[in-house]
Amino acid sequence: MVQVHFVAHDGTRTSVEAEAGTSIMAAAVANGIDGIVGECGGAAMCATCHVYLDPADAARVPDRAEIEEEMLDSAAAEVTGFSRLSCQITLEPGLDGLVVHLPQSQH
Amino acid sequence: MTGLSSTCRKASTEMAGIVIAGAGQAGVECAFGLRAAGYAGEVTLIGAEPGLPGQRPPLSKSYLKSRGTEAPLPFRGAALYDRQRIGFLAGCALRGIDRGARRLALSDGRALDYDRLVLATGARNRVLPLPGFGPGEVLGLRDLADADMLIARLPGLRRLAVIGAGFIGLEVAAALAGSGIAVTVLEAGPRVMARAVSAEVSAWFERLHRGMGTDLRLGVEVARREPGAVVLADGTRIAADAVLVAAGVVPDTNLAAAAGLATGNGILTDDLHRSSDPAIFAIGDVAMAPNRWAADPVRLESVANATEQARRVAAHLAGKPVPDPAVPWFWSHQGAGRLQMAGLARPQDASRVIEDTGEVLVVERHRGGRLVALETVNALRLHMAARKAIAPERVPA
Ligand code: FES
Repeated sequence: MVQVHFVAHDGTRTSVEAEAGTSIMAAAVANGIDGIVGECGGAAMCATCHVYLDPADAARVPDRAEIEEEMLDSAAAEVTGFSRLSCQITLEPGLDGLVVHLPQSQH
Repeated sequence: MTGLSSTCRKASTEMAGIVIAGAGQAGVECAFGLRAAGYAGEVTLIGAEPGLPGQRPPLSKSYLKSRGTEAPLPFRGAALYDRQRIGFLAGCALRGIDRGARRLALSDGRALDYDRLVLATGARNRVLPLPGFGPGEVLGLRDLADADMLIARLPGLRRLAVIGAGFIGLEVAAALAGSGIAVTVLEAGPRVMARAVSAEVSAWFERLHRGMGTDLRLGVEVARREPGAVVLADGTRIAADAVLVAAGVVPDTNLAAAAGLATGNGILTDDLHRSSDPAIFAIGDVAMAPNRWAADPVRLESVANATEQARRVAAHLAGKPVPDPAVPWFWSHQGAGRLQMAGLARPQDASRVIEDTGEVLVVERHRGGRLVALETVNALRLHMAARKAIAPERVPA
């Protein structure tokens, strides 16, 4: 199992465990994390799964693919260098303990 | 109050509150949208399928391709139903609406009272009135049970005939391409996805599917089934061990019509998604609503439409400002083709190819000299820009 810590916009922290191979978005939705919607089911078509990687973690997450770059352009909240589509990040043992921050809104 | 209820039963009887019938994208989004909008009263969601409501678009794509191992996501985790006080009745279908008493009849024989009712009952697969195409004789693909039945048939299957070259039929063909199962797609119209996209986009996808090995036959009329084959009107026999019908859907309007609500190709609503009874709303695939991007009311089958109408009704019922509708949009993913449409084009609208690199295709649709829709294949940025730029057809007073 891989552990992920979600930090909501108001600072509330929720930790969930997910099987390796699931996306961060899937782990969030399955565990009822409010700040991630995932409207398109992970098809990189909606940008409602926008998260910010914790700066301390950014280096251990694989870079954005082009499709993610394109889609992030239309995320509702501000897009920064740490912005990611959480449906495009697969949880691997190497990402255990990852901290992601949630935007104020996905719409 | 309990959240998840495995049997068809009312969890609490203190007050009637809002009942949402149908636990697809629209229904679930509306239930949680009510809480997000600050509604504090009772919310009850009833869903005909067993289990936690989940997303459907992956069923014809990743779920099928992975043979059911990439399970589609629940819209919301089970814990959230409790936390947000959404009473959920699974495996529970609506059987009747008594508008005078504001009381619903449920499939287990019980009654459920409502103050406001939201109908999000969706649509059913169209059944072809042909010999050998009855229920149980052919496969369909709409909900999880359909998908599981299809996946269960795949081992050992050699030839699959798909009736209908719309989004679902083509997504299935793409998901099975290269699997060793020979797929034949039979379409009555002259081109694929003819109701939804331009001739140019149709041609792009026809090339794609033929290139992936799908036997795509256009302009053919299916007549009947024989053991091991589908027979066309001209007598041609198409060998098939199984048949999947993906010939569109029909909105589930029977109950609404029986209750005296105005219906047509869907339950008719106003701009705020109210039916002809102001205590009853209709959203999602079942609803026929005015749309700012169309001259006449439309019934749209899309995730974007379902979630938008759900949020608008939730805001209205919570007494909050109703968010403005956005440009309608749709997507489909077939093999190497990521198709997006923004705006509402009609088949007769003019098309203008903006970009065609072989991999990327961008087609504008025009009506009366005005841009009404943009169709993009593998051009996400342009699609996203169009979702901000396409002007409405009409603005309600
Ligand atoms: S879930 Fe839609 S883009 Fe990630």
